[in-house]
Amino acid sequence: MWLTRPFSEHSTRRFLGILLAALGLVTLLNLAVPAGHPLHVSTYTVTLLGKYLSYALLAVAVDLVWGYLGILSLGHGAFFALGGYAMGMYLMRQIGDRGTYGDPILPDFMVFLNWESLPWYWLGFDTPWFAFLMVLLAPGLLALVFGFLAFRSRVTGVYLSIITQAMTFALMLAFFRNEMGFGGNNGLTDFRELLGVDLRNDGTRLGLFLATGIALALGYVLCRAIVASKLGRVSVACRDAEARTRFLGYRVERFQLFVFVVSAMLAGLAGALYVPQVGIINPSEFSPIFSIEVVLWVALGGRATLYGAVIGALLVNYAKTVFTGVMPDAWLFALGGMFVLVTVFLPRGIAGLLSLRPWRRAGHAATTQPTTGESTA
Amino acid sequence: MRMFPRCLSGLLCLCLLCGLPLAAQAQDDPGQALLDSLDTDSYADKGEAVETIIASGDARSRRWLEALLGGKLQRHKDTDRFVVVVENRGRHWPVVDALSFEDAGEVSRREMDRIGINNALRGQLQGALAVIDLHAEQVGERREAARALLGDVDASLAEPLGAVIGKEEDAEVRRLLEQALAIHRLEEGDAAAVDVLAGSLNSRVRSALNAASRSEDAELAATATSALADIEQKMMLNRGLETLYFGLSLGSVLVLAAIGLAITFGVMGVINMAHGELIMLGAYTTWAMQQLLPGQPGLALLLAIPAGFLVAALAGVAIERGVIQFLKGRPLETLLATFGVSLILQQLVRTVISPQNRTVVTPEWMSGSLMLNEGLSLTLNRLYVLGFALVVFAGLMLVMRRTRLGLEVRAVTQNRAMARAMGIRATRVDILTFALGSGVAGLAGVALSQLTNVGPNLGQNYIIDSFMVVVFGGVGNLWGTLVAGLSLGVINQVLEPWAGAVLAKIVVLVFIILFIQKRPRGLFPQKGRAAEG
Repeated sequence: MWLTRPFSEHSTRRFLGILLAALGLVTLLNLAVPAGHPLHVSTYTVTLLGKYLSYALLAVAVDLVWGYLGILSLGHGAFFALGGYAMGMYLMRQIGDRGTYGDPILPDFMVFLNWESLPWYWLGFDTPWFAFLMVLLAPGLLALVFGFLAFRSRVTGVYLSIITQAMTFALMLAFFRNEMGFGGNNGLTDFRELLGVDLRNDGTRLGLFLATGIALALGYVLCRAIVASKLGRVSVACRDAEARTRFLGYRVERFQLFVFVVSAMLAGLAGALYVPQVGIINPSEFSPIFSIEVVLWVALGGRATLYGAVIGALLVNYAKTVFTGVMPDAWLFALGGMFVLVTVFLPRGIAGLLSLRPWRRAGHAATTQPTTGESTA
Repeated sequence: MRMFPRCLSGLLCLCLLCGLPLAAQAQDDPGQALLDSLDTDSYADKGEAVETIIASGDARSRRWLEALLGGKLQRHKDTDRFVVVVENRGRHWPVVDALSFEDAGEVSRREMDRIGINNALRGQLQGALAVIDLHAEQVGERREAARALLGDVDASLAEPLGAVIGKEEDAEVRRLLEQALAIHRLEEGDAAAVDVLAGSLNSRVRSALNAASRSEDAELAATATSALADIEQKMMLNRGLETLYFGLSLGSVLVLAAIGLAITFGVMGVINMAHGELIMLGAYTTWAMQQLLPGQPGLALLLAIPAGFLVAALAGVAIERGVIQFLKGRPLETLLATFGVSLILQQLVRTVISPQNRTVVTPEWMSGSLMLNEGLSLTLNRLYVLGFALVVFAGLMLVMRRTRLGLEVRAVTQNRAMARAMGIRATRVDILTFALGSGVAGLAGVALSQLTNVGPNLGQNYIIDSFMVVVFGGVGNLWGTLVAGLSLGVINQVLEPWAGAVLAKIVVLVFIILFIQKRPRGLFPQKGRAAEG
């Protein structure tokens, strides 16, 4: 079966092994080791790691379209944020009458804006199954419409990158508006509970961390399965020689659309897991710079490897946490420098360094790496 | 008796200091007689004296009458000289001489007599002051005074105004005065006055006509209503023109920001995400020039044009040599690397200069506005930027079409290998083209410094717009960039009134996204060989 095929791959087994071991270790160190002990992992750190893992899932989603489909999306932050907003809306409704204004139905910011009733698009978000469905459907639908229009008219390469960026920029402007009904500038925040459990509980936080880790594992396996399937091979063909694939009789735009939508849904899921851990979602997640930063994670880790995306996301975000804490001014220098150095000197990222080991067969890595020439010219 | 010499010498000094010149002046100055005539108990006589002062045409009459109106024209009890109180606070008031307007020290308020006025005189003075301004030397001042009279004319003013109109040489002042009179006649129910007012865009005229259109006199109401309708139509046209102007102005900014990109991205095919930061460098160069030449913002701005070009061009060359040349043929990687450069440049400005916005002074000849008619005035700085954008565009067209460099650039972009075989040094052309595109970005920065805040985020705000303009216009086509930029600016301004600024921008972005789906190669797609790349 196509879903079990990834498990026969060496790299998938190793990745899952490391990931699950790490999840177990963190859980153990958080629960079993007493708080004063140097090996203890605090709940704060657990939440931070959970945030990194949700970023990693987003990076995997970006790698799926960039690495295996040749589409550089500079708008994946939009799908991430939409998933996050869907989750945020559910969490807002869970607050109920415990808000500052105590309105049983309307969130605080709507009371503040003197709104009489919930806008129609907020209806249904009090039921978890509907909200969780929207986490996948909202970004998926946007990707479907956007991708359908773009791929049908064969907008690819740099043009596609620029219009995805324009898309997320337009959404950011839209969500900044108070009239949109998503909290404007401040976004959605002040969440209390998820599925009836208090979000501030240590147990809930650990649970969210584990859920994110498992989602990452599942997302990884799904992507790996897609890549290893026939469909995946066709999409790699689209990446390397779009015109040739089309001449062979494949409807390139259908493959592109399918992979793009799956990727957007994964990004939405990542956003939904991100929001309860961070405790806020606001329009800055839509900002083009965030989306482009995600691309850097993938580029640094090594595109078209999937595990490289995870490595990149974890490394860059850890570096960001360290830098912004110690010397905030230097962070943009470091980030900018990384962009330049990675693209110029490390085109295959850290994963490329790993695969340089002499005992590997030289030809093997080359077959899975994208050739950048024809796909983009 | 020891007191005596001191008193004497004091008196002597007083005479020497003010008494003597005062006496001399009072005898020669016709103003003394004019002021003397004001100092009577009869208000009727005072009224006549005011008329005489106005008729005298004395340059000081305006200040006298203003002082009289404000109760500040007073007579010193001891010396009989007239003074004008500067500030009536406290016991001792600083005063100036009413004839020479020179400082006359402080005088206790008990030592002065006020020249009093009554309500009738107050009304006469207010009207008279308005008319006095109509005698000013400068045409501009006379126009201002005439405009201020619109809607403020009453029966007492009607007659002197008639006389003023007869003597006035400037047609504009005459027209305004006739309108002012006509408003007065209209208020009294004269339907013929509507003809004079027809077509005027002044708000006072409109409100007068509005009032007349509701009058009980059916004929008057009808003529006033039809005149109002005409005016409304004219206003619509004006508003349309204003929107067009603001749209073109916004469009010219977009063109300026995008035209450099049209060279580097459109012609060379290099995605330079640091383009916005090159614009920022141009703007900061303007700021730096103004710091170097304090007090001469205009000269600094003019010098900033070549300086901004050079700074941005050099930065562009550095980017090309340092990053882009290693990424030839890999546009997506170029995009990422230059984005990194843009982050570094932004942070550099934040660290070296300041994270706060800097203010760039607008030179005097660029501030203010050009008034086309009552309802339409064009702000000068935007007009200059519009002209500058067109000049830059024309210059760029000239370089690309008429110079050796332009020829070589086109050759290299169409077929690099063939161009090299013909002896063109492709690397050198790359550098020069990139320098040209970057330099133009610097010019955009110089112009933008006059319209927006100069801060580290300046470039970021324009990068997406610039790419949109280039892609919308058709990559590799400078005319396309011009048309796209201007039309996007106008579309944005047309949408703004009913959608709001942010929503208008969103609509435009969505429109472009959809447009690219329909026509992936933009408004003016390239044809022939170049299109195949």
